[in-house]
Amino acid sequence: MGRGAATFFYRNMEESDCVVVMGSNMAENHPVAYRWPMKARVNGAKIIHVDPRFTRTSAMSDIYAPIRAGSDIAFLGGLVRYVLNHERWNSDSFFREYLVNYTNAATIINAEFKDTEQLDGVFSGLMEYTEKVKEWPFNGFIGQYDNASWQYAGTAAQARGWVAATQQSGEQRVGERDRDSARPSPASPKTLPKGPPYDALVRSLLKPPPQRDETLKHAGTVFQILKRHFARYTPEMVARVTGCPQETFLKVAETILANSGRDRTTSFAYAVAWTQHTNGPQVIGCCALLQLLLGNVGRPGGGIMALRGHASIQGSTDVPTLYHSIHGYMSHPSAQQKHATLADWLASETTARSYWANTPKFMVSYLKSMYGDAATRDNDFGYDWHPKILGDHSHMPMFVAMNEGKVRGMLCIGQNPATSLNAAVERKGLRHLEWLVVKDNWVTETAAFWSKAPEIQRGEVKPQDIKTEVFFFPSAQVAEYDGSFTNTFRMLQWHFKAANPPGDCRSDLWFTHQLAKRLKKLYAESAAPRDQGFKNLTWDFDPNPAQGQEPRVTGEPDGLKILREINGYYTGDPNRHVAGFGDLKDDGSTTCASWIYCGVFPAPGKNLAANRQADPPGTRGAQLGWGYAWPANRRIMYNRASADTRGRPWSERKKWIWWDGQKWTGLDVPDFPVSKPPSARANPDRVGLDSQSGTDPFIMKDDGKGWLYVPTGLVDGPLPAHYEPLESPVKNPLHKQQWSPVLKYWKRDDNAVAAVGDARFPYAITTYRLTEHYLAGAMSRWNPWLTELQPEPFVELSPELAGEKGITNLDWVRVTSPRGSVRVKALVTRRMRPLTIDGRVVHQVGIPWHWGYMGLSVGDAGNELTALVGDPNVSIHEGKAFVCNVEKA
Amino acid sequence: MAEPMGFFTDTTVCIGCKACEVACKQWNQLPAAKGGLNSLSGDSYDNTRRLDGLHWRHVKFVEQFTPDRSEGRWLLMSDVCKHCVQAGCLEVCPTGAIFRTEFDTVVIQSDVCNGCRDCIGACPFGVIGINPASGTAQKCTLCYDRMQAGLVPACAKACPTESIQFGTIAELKKRAAARVQRLQGQGEKRAYLYGADDKMLGGLNAFFLLVDRPEIYGLPPDPKMPSRNLTSSSLWATLGAIGIGVLGLISFRHRGDRDA
Repeated sequence: MGRGAATFFYRNMEESDCVVVMGSNMAENHPVAYRWPMKARVNGAKIIHVDPRFTRTSAMSDIYAPIRAGSDIAFLGGLVRYVLNHERWNSDSFFREYLVNYTNAATIINAEFKDTEQLDGVFSGLMEYTEKVKEWPFNGFIGQYDNASWQYAGTAAQARGWVAATQQSGEQRVGERDRDSARPSPASPKTLPKGPPYDALVRSLLKPPPQRDETLKHAGTVFQILKRHFARYTPEMVARVTGCPQETFLKVAETILANSGRDRTTSFAYAVAWTQHTNGPQVIGCCALLQLLLGNVGRPGGGIMALRGHASIQGSTDVPTLYHSIHGYMSHPSAQQKHATLADWLASETTARSYWANTPKFMVSYLKSMYGDAATRDNDFGYDWHPKILGDHSHMPMFVAMNEGKVRGMLCIGQNPATSLNAAVERKGLRHLEWLVVKDNWVTETAAFWSKAPEIQRGEVKPQDIKTEVFFFPSAQVAEYDGSFTNTFRMLQWHFKAANPPGDCRSDLWFTHQLAKRLKKLYAESAAPRDQGFKNLTWDFDPNPAQGQEPRVTGEPDGLKILREINGYYTGDPNRHVAGFGDLKDDGSTTCASWIYCGVFPAPGKNLAANRQADPPGTRGAQLGWGYAWPANRRIMYNRASADTRGRPWSERKKWIWWDGQKWTGLDVPDFPVSKPPSARANPDRVGLDSQSGTDPFIMKDDGKGWLYVPTGLVDGPLPAHYEPLESPVKNPLHKQQWSPVLKYWKRDDNAVAAVGDARFPYAITTYRLTEHYLAGAMSRWNPWLTELQPEPFVELSPELAGEKGITNLDWVRVTSPRGSVRVKALVTRRMRPLTIDGRVVHQVGIPWHWGYMGLSVGDAGNELTALVGDPNVSIHEGKAFVCNVEKA
Repeated sequence: MAEPMGFFTDTTVCIGCKACEVACKQWNQLPAAKGGLNSLSGDSYDNTRRLDGLHWRHVKFVEQFTPDRSEGRWLLMSDVCKHCVQAGCLEVCPTGAIFRTEFDTVVIQSDVCNGCRDCIGACPFGVIGINPASGTAQKCTLCYDRMQAGLVPACAKACPTESIQFGTIAELKKRAAARVQRLQGQGEKRAYLYGADDKMLGGLNAFFLLVDRPEIYGLPPDPKMPSRNLTSSSLWATLGAIGIGVLGLISFRHRGDRDA
């Protein structure tokens, strides 16, 4: 759909007629947000929970559908097929109008495209992967696709911004052929128009518009491809793959369809149980596909709620700690991409027909924010000083590289890798470091990896043999400094300091600020070319002397100065803030660190993140006066789709944004050019939104449509197909291809994986969190109020499996995977159940992963069992589905 | 006296998050038992097990599944002192430490309590216990201090789903009745109120919406006051006194005989 975030706001789940929670245990892990589905339920909405375990979310649902961990696409694909074949869906004018006009259903795809149904589980274009950069051979792919055949017929669609991390970084070279043929090669820079202004460059990227058949009859339309692709996802197949009884599946399907349409909307909520698979983005894509078919996107009570697992994780991808992108989801300059010059970067990263046509303005303003006055038109605004990435620098490859001695030091802030994926390998990696800085609230497992880790306690490793120098910085907590959080639906909320931190505890802001100041001093005299970026980096966050500081806690930066840097200002007058990203310029006259946040601080003294004006009780609204949501304070994205093609609300009950004859108006900020009428025609000769029509709600997409079929942006296929997890107790019942042919796997002796059906590891296992604890435990396992509520780690298993293994409740048991084993107590419960998969009984167990060897409540970490196995799009691990054995200890 | 205030706990929207337990402890400065060094109970997700002097809110977890899982429920309920209109604890307290507030709630004054434990035995719901820190009997005060300042009790404030609702008893009863009606209309025929009318100990100022028998939630179906035994025990006492008197007379007579 075009943006990497929840499409609507969780309060709006109150207006849903049906809420499907899948890939999430929302009641346990987002209890405060779960207030809104509960309100919907009190008002009569149906709540559905689809999950391997019967959890506290299931307890609060009308329908609970059990599935095997890792079979989500089979379930969702079954829903897609159910909808496509349903009489009401085919005859209701609402679905047809939404489908034909707001999605790419009518678009015709390249005739060379071959589907998984034709190639027994793989798409056309599969090829071998070879590492390209010898300094960084850690990308981990087992294969790759050339996506040239997946494109729209006659024109290659482009997607930029919120696309696969591995595509942005260039480590996956999908579509290179397409990019080369679609525009002049940057290898001959003369052909690239010069800038600024970059209008000519953007115009040079224009391609013909896609071919469409609005009758949807052409065999090459997305619609017809979908029908063929999902034909085998029958209720019988769903039951065979997922273990969910057919009648339960059908009840779910009926309920969702009955609560979708002109006057009703269904929303989905997911979290990391959809992402932590070797095909996570495809699971989410399958949900997006379903929601687009059902007309549930851009409308009140409809959409997809991406529930983030950690406070401000959304913020940390917006203003990124991601390896592959710079602020605002722009691709990080990469040694693996055609990113040699600024013009090359712009030509690679700009799409001419979507809102991304403005990319040069965002990028130049970003460079001005980085390098200030030193960034000029003549030096490409300092583009050459910007670091370039070499490949996948995300968590797993980083620890593989660490084990190979390629990483010298690590700053570890708000993370606890010593109990993270395949924990023994991560701790081994830490032992290869020269230095390690841990900044946390407590001496975590990572800070104590050299003295308290299991291998130390077992005597296998001696502390005196570890050369890593460990520094520990005690951290201030959130109420001890000013700053902002960006919550799960993109809303920034300012928080104010309530008390001083104790002792030497300092905020992350303080630490980063002080580190930057010291590094700048260190590099101040350097003449080395590679240090010029650091020398020119603007860093002006010291508070004004007049402000005064708490005598004991000195050296904190001024949070509002950082917010101003993020928001942007006019370079000629730093006191004049940029009011919104529409005002950004590509000539260096504006600066803006993160374009999507532009507008949060539109004038000095006007910090919109600190807004606390709620809508009056009892009124319908978008709560626009509370905090500030990117983009441009829109609460429901793509909300043009809440009106029909002529701009009228689909129904009185589901009114949100509409055309009043002169402009778009309603309860929210329109996610559409405000004065562009519904009748506006697409102008194929113009760039940006002028090239899109008045009925194109998905303004971040090249064609303005919601993508049912994804020609580019995902590296593992244009459509979701069911693959088994890399470790699975069963053969893929759907295809010969067992697992994703392009997944990431880091082959090491200490990262072994079980073969399909390995009798030594017969059970499916999933990992999860509990309400009472938080992540790796640094914020909960030291707190006696919480440890008394959940005092020890355990494994949940069914009485049937317990009976087979002679295990009784509270017995000590040993759970083993090919990587390691943990000793935990058994919690025998009928909330777990054996599933019948492809004709045989498969047992499934679950283990919370919160624990470790430090703190008040200690126990074996669930991640001793997990593997370094990743998804090819975003390098997320597969901690939600693998195999194990369980024995009485 | 202010209007009677209390809790209406709607168990059908409780998500078992235990925020009420933690918020209660934080506001009332109650430590974790044994410094937080607990062990797994094995009883679903309930590891604190009961209301007592250190746990004034307690979330119960009741797993109900048929062997084939064709039917399955996980009942979640946040339990608390009922603040009975006819309160057994108040009745038996020998020191007057327990009193009825202007909000019609029942509060134990720690500085007047001598730790005799009579109230513990007198409570039909088992909500009172000794706080090892103070050595006195303690239980939920319905955040008497917060109420005096016009604030909502900590647990109700923290409850994310409005399972715990605070207000005047009159208003809560209205809301609760409407909720039962709504649930019945939605097909949940088992929904009913526990302790909302005055038949149970004159009415519970903390009453509940349940969807199964009280015993399933560990609640007495028919709680009684300690004074219920007053008639029978006084009869026995009278009979005993008469018996002792008769024996006394006999012994006096014998003595008289000997004297004679």
